[in-house]
Amino acid sequence: MSTKRPLPVDLTDEQIDEFGREMDAIYYETLESRGEKDRLYILRLIRTQRSMALLGRLVIYASLFLLPAWGHALAGWPSTLIVMALGVILLGLAKILENMEIAHNVLHAQWDWMKDPEIQSNTWEWDTMSPSDRWMHSHNVVHHTWTNVLEKDLDVGYGIMRVTPHQPWKPAYLLQPVYFVLLMLLFEEGVALHEQALIDVAERKKKPKEILPLMKHIGRKVWGQVRKDYIMWPGLAALVALPISLVVPESPLIVFLLVAGANFVANIMRNIWAFVIIFCGHFPAGVYHFTQEQTEGESRGQWYLRQLLGSANITGGPLFHVMSGNLSHQIEHHLFPDLCSNRYPEVAPRVKALADRYGLPYNSAPLWRQFGTTWLNNLRLSLPGGTTPPEPARA
Amino acid sequence: MTTPVPQGKAPRRWLARLSAISDMFAFPLRTSHYVELVNPLWTTHRMHARVVDVWDETRDARTVTLKPGANWRLHRPGQHIRVGIPVDGRHYTRTYTISSPPERDDGCFTITVKKIDGGRLSHHIVRNLKVGDFIPVGLPQGEFYLPDASPVQPLFITAGSGITPAMSMVRSLIAQERLPDTVHIHYAPHEFDTIFGRELRRLDETQPHYHLHEVHTRQAPADENHFTEAQLERLCPDWRERDCYACGPPALLAALERTWDAAGLTQRLHIERFRADFAPIPDDAVGGRVRFADSDLDVDADGETNLLRVAEDAGLNPPHGCRMGICHTCNTTLTAGCVRDLRSGDFINEPGAIVQVCVCAAAGDCELAL
Repeated sequence: MSTKRPLPVDLTDEQIDEFGREMDAIYYETLESRGEKDRLYILRLIRTQRSMALLGRLVIYASLFLLPAWGHALAGWPSTLIVMALGVILLGLAKILENMEIAHNVLHAQWDWMKDPEIQSNTWEWDTMSPSDRWMHSHNVVHHTWTNVLEKDLDVGYGIMRVTPHQPWKPAYLLQPVYFVLLMLLFEEGVALHEQALIDVAERKKKPKEILPLMKHIGRKVWGQVRKDYIMWPGLAALVALPISLVVPESPLIVFLLVAGANFVANIMRNIWAFVIIFCGHFPAGVYHFTQEQTEGESRGQWYLRQLLGSANITGGPLFHVMSGNLSHQIEHHLFPDLCSNRYPEVAPRVKALADRYGLPYNSAPLWRQFGTTWLNNLRLSLPGGTTPPEPARA
Repeated sequence: MTTPVPQGKAPRRWLARLSAISDMFAFPLRTSHYVELVNPLWTTHRMHARVVDVWDETRDARTVTLKPGANWRLHRPGQHIRVGIPVDGRHYTRTYTISSPPERDDGCFTITVKKIDGGRLSHHIVRNLKVGDFIPVGLPQGEFYLPDASPVQPLFITAGSGITPAMSMVRSLIAQERLPDTVHIHYAPHEFDTIFGRELRRLDETQPHYHLHEVHTRQAPADENHFTEAQLERLCPDWRERDCYACGPPALLAALERTWDAAGLTQRLHIERFRADFAPIPDDAVGGRVRFADSDLDVDADGETNLLRVAEDAGLNPPHGCRMGICHTCNTTLTAGCVRDLRSGDFINEPGAIVQVCVCAAAGDCELAL
C-alpha cells in the first residue's frame, strides 16, 4: 500500500471519501429532479434536429435551380453556391446536433429513465460511420471507466499521438501534427476504426480472420452512411436532372457531384467541430494523466477525483453548450456520465464550488485557450520531453 | 401443403420495396421518422393516435375519442389496446378496452377510462389529456370477443368501468342489426355515477331484445348490492342457457367463477380481467439469487417482487409493456432455476421456458436470458 503512487493531490483518504460523498449527493439530488421538462427538451431537440437535416438537404436541392444553365435572372454560380452553402450549414449543424447532443448522450443511457421505447441506448443508431454498439463499448466502457489511464484508455492519443510526457517518445511522433490535422478531417472514419481489435492485428496478437465479423459489422454501417450521402441523395438529383438536361443544358453528372460535394462538406464540418470539442475535453494544458497502478483499488471518491483532474471544460453561452453536446461540460459529463446532458449547466457551479472548497483545480477556459494549448501540446510533445502539470494539483 | 397467397400481397411487396429504397435516404433512421415531423399519424415505425374528443361520462370517468394512425387494424368488439402515456417525463403503458363498435364510420375509436385512486396514468388520462395530443397506441388484441357465427344469447355481467367491452359488443351488434336476446346485469355505485348510464337505459327502452338490470351498490340493501346466485336467478332465470361475458373487479369475477363452476358450465363463462389477479403468496415463498445472464449480473430477489422490477432496480432496462402479464413484450427465456407465476401461483422450472417477467417472481435461485 505504501509503495503505491497516490493521486496527485494533497488530500487525506478521509477527505477524498468525503469529497466522493458530496459528489454523490449532487448526483442523486439531480437524478431525483428529472421530469417532464427534461423529456420535452430531448423531444423538441430531436424534432428540431430532424427538421434541420431535412431542410438542409432540400435547400441543397433548391440551390440546383439557380445553376447558370437555367438562364433566369437569379441564375449564376454565386447565387447557387450561396444557397448551397446555406443548405450545407443546416445539414452540418443537424449532423453535429445529432452526433453530439442527441446520440452521444442517448448512447450514454442518459435518457433511458424515460423508458420511451424510441429513445433508448440499446436501440439508438446514430448518423455516423461507427455502429452504436461498437462505439458504446470503446467509449462508455473503456474510455469512461479508465479515463486518462495510460495503456488502458484508448482515447489517450488514440494510439497515434503523444498527449502526455508520460508516454515514452518514439520517432513516429515527429509526424503527429500531421496526424492531428488528418484525424480532424477524417474524424468520422477515425471513430469507426477506433478499435482495440485493429491494434491487436497490427501487433500480430490476433489474426485478421478473427476480426472479420467485426469488420463486416462496421462495414455495413459505413456502407449505409456512404450510400445515403454519396449515392442516394446525389443520385436522385441526377435522376431528376436527366430529363431536364434535354431542356436545360446542364450535365446530370455535375448535379450529382455538386450534391455529393455538399454532403461531403457537411460531413467534414461535423468532423472538424466534433474533433475540436472532443480534443478540448482531455488534452488541453493542465489535464492530468494517470498510470494503471494509481487506479488499483480505487474508491468512489478517488474515481471522482480522477475524472475531475483528467477533464477540461470550455466556457461559452447556452447555444455553444448545446452545439458541443454539452461536452463543454466535460468535467460534469465525466463525473456523471448518465445524467441527462441538459442538466450539466446547472450542476457545473456546484461541482466547481466543491472543487474550490477542496482546493482542487477546475480546468475551465474559453475555446481558443483550450484548443490553443491542445495544439501547442501536440507540437511540443512530438519532440522528446515535455512538462507535466504541477503535482500535487492545486487550484 | 402450401398456404395460398392472400390477394393484395403483390402491391404490398412493391410498397415494401419502395419503402426500403426511401429508407436508404434516411439511414440510419427510416423515412417514417421524417414523415412523423409532418404528421405523427402517418408514421409506420410506431403507431400514434390523436385525441379528437374528450367526454366526461361521470365525475371520474372520461371517454377519449382517438384517431389512429396508419397501419391501424379494426378491433373486434371486446378487444383492448395498449396506451403509452408519459407522466413526469416517464413513459408508462396501460391496457384499456375499446368502448366503441368497429362499425364507426369516421375511423376513430374510443376508450373509456375511470380514474383509479392513486392511479397515475388513469388520473393523467382523465384529467390532463387534451384534444390534439398524440399518444402512442398498440394494435387491438385480446381473446375476449363474441364469436362471429354462432347465434349466442349473451348475458353480460359487468361492474364499474368493466362495462367497456360489453358496451362495444352491444353497440356493434346493434349497428349490425343482429342483436340477439341479451340480458345485461351491471353494477355501479349510484344511478348518477354509472358509466354509459343514460345510453344503457335508452337502449333498454328502445331495443326490444336488450334487457338491462342495474344494481346500484351504494343504494341497494346490503344483501342486494353484490352478486349472489339468488340475485342471478331472479334477474336472469335462464342464465344456464346463456353465454356469460363478464368484466369487473377480481371479487366479482371470482364469485362468477364459483357459481358457473358449481353449475358445471365453466365453458359458458368468458371473463376479461382488468388487473392481473394475483394468487395469494404463500408464507413459505422464498426468493433467491437471480442471475441476468446476458447482462452478467447477479442480484438477490424476494419471492414477491416481480422480476421486471428486480431487473430495473438492478439497473437493467428490459423491454416491457403492460406490466400485468397481458402483452408479452417482456417475454424472457428462463435458462435455469425456478420462478413463480404471481397470477396463478404456479412454478415454472423448465429450462428454456418463456416467462413473462412482469408477473413472475423468483422462487429460489434462477437464471434469465436478460
